[in-house]
Amino acid sequence: MAARKIPQLICPAGSLPALKAAVDHGADAVYLGYRNETNARNFAGLNFDQRAMVEGVRYAQTRHRQVLMAINTFAQPGRFADWQRAVDGAADLGVDAVILADVGLLDDSSRRHPDLRLHLSVQGSATNYEAINFAHREFGVRRAVLPRVLTLAQVETVVRNTPVEIEVFGFGSLCVMNEGRCWLSSYATGESPNTVGACSPAKFVQWQKSPDGMATRLNGILIDCFAAAEPAGYPTLCKGRFEVQGETYYALEEPTSLNVLEILPEIARIGVAAIKVEGRQRSPTYVAQVTRTLRAALDELARGEQRFSVRPAWQAELARLAEGSQVTLGAYSRPWR
Amino acid sequence: MIQGITIPDFKLPGVIATIGAHLPQWPHSLALATALNAAAKVGLLPADSLERLAGRSFVVEVLDAGGVASFACRDGLFRPLLTVPQAPDLCFQANLSAFLQLLTRQEDPDTLFFKRELSITGDTELGLLVKNMLDAIEWPQLPQLSLFRR
Ligand code: SF4
Repeated sequence: MAARKIPQLICPAGSLPALKAAVDHGADAVYLGYRNETNARNFAGLNFDQRAMVEGVRYAQTRHRQVLMAINTFAQPGRFADWQRAVDGAADLGVDAVILADVGLLDDSSRRHPDLRLHLSVQGSATNYEAINFAHREFGVRRAVLPRVLTLAQVETVVRNTPVEIEVFGFGSLCVMNEGRCWLSSYATGESPNTVGACSPAKFVQWQKSPDGMATRLNGILIDCFAAAEPAGYPTLCKGRFEVQGETYYALEEPTSLNVLEILPEIARIGVAAIKVEGRQRSPTYVAQVTRTLRAALDELARGEQRFSVRPAWQAELARLAEGSQVTLGAYSRPWR
Repeated sequence: MIQGITIPDFKLPGVIATIGAHLPQWPHSLALATALNAAAKVGLLPADSLERLAGRSFVVEVLDAGGVASFACRDGLFRPLLTVPQAPDLCFQANLSAFLQLLTRQEDPDTLFFKRELSITGDTELGLLVKNMLDAIEWPQLPQLSLFRR
């Protein structure tokens, strides 16, 4: 039987060991970024300096895997040159593509590096094919990463109506379906993913232990309180429990991870080009575990859709790693629609 | 993960913590500080991250063993602290199995944190820096410990 076309597996690399773990466990491509504000995962001690970057690119490319560089924040006034320098650096390194969100930077990069492959970041928040086709026509964007807001049917509509390759999220923590447009972090701290490269920056986060459990505060705002053995999540406002009309619950989003294993055959059938794993902030161990599991599933799919079934061991492994120890199909499945 | 070693989930019996807490804590601190200095010396710990640890105090508490190690980073060296600071800049608490799983890269720190098996209190940004610094270490290939081999 002829092997069918399956989506590429794109894995996160927050450090050199994580990059190697992704490559060694079957990623088709890794994505990474610099240690500065041009990177939407600009966390202390994370990411690549120039030496690690050179070695990482070499490690992946000599093994015929791709390296995608995320320069996915919005250039701040008066400092456009910092973002230009990042793109120039990526081009010099010979990465396979850069992932950009800022329209100004897309325009500038398409002119100054006509041969550099451009991907539209999820932070660019293009949720319909008109927006994606615009980026294609104006800047020559070759791939777009879809925000986690669309149902599977909507993803299919996008794929059918654009020449641009479509990448979707396959596993990882959920950013509450408003990528690139979320103001929660800015509201609470004055800093957000689009400006300084981190949602709910760590310097504003406080974990407080008390006899009843652990309270989380973001810039003084109480966002959650976990009982002793209750699974915890990231300290982002969207995953907090708030009192709304007398009831305290996850008013915006539950601490949970997206997991598309169940709908992998449909994702492949509708022509999605790549599946992305979230988590550059996580360790090489996590990257190895998730990459290995999704690789096994994609390889099984490549052998024929009829034979594909989700192995309980895959689900168990992914659920174990998930935020809040639970997984969801997120927006892909919205039965109430 | 370091090949060939599997650390199972386990918890030491409560009596060990009771005994452990009564033993002098200074040797743990000395051992940990010495190990960290050795790692820094051979370049395993990135210099830019190390700089940001200067002047900060740390406590590592192994809950089920009742052991506490505390140290501070000064002049590029980790120095054990004779008394455990009341309010360290950063405090890690976990059972021995979680610490071992973390160090052998069998378990991801965020997973342990979500599962509430690892607690990090104090300066969160410092905690993130330390976590990411440990993740970025390229451990030399360790000789396999036949004792733990699967
Ligand atoms: S608050 Fe939540 S939805 Fe908003 S950027 Fe942060 S993770 Fe995303």
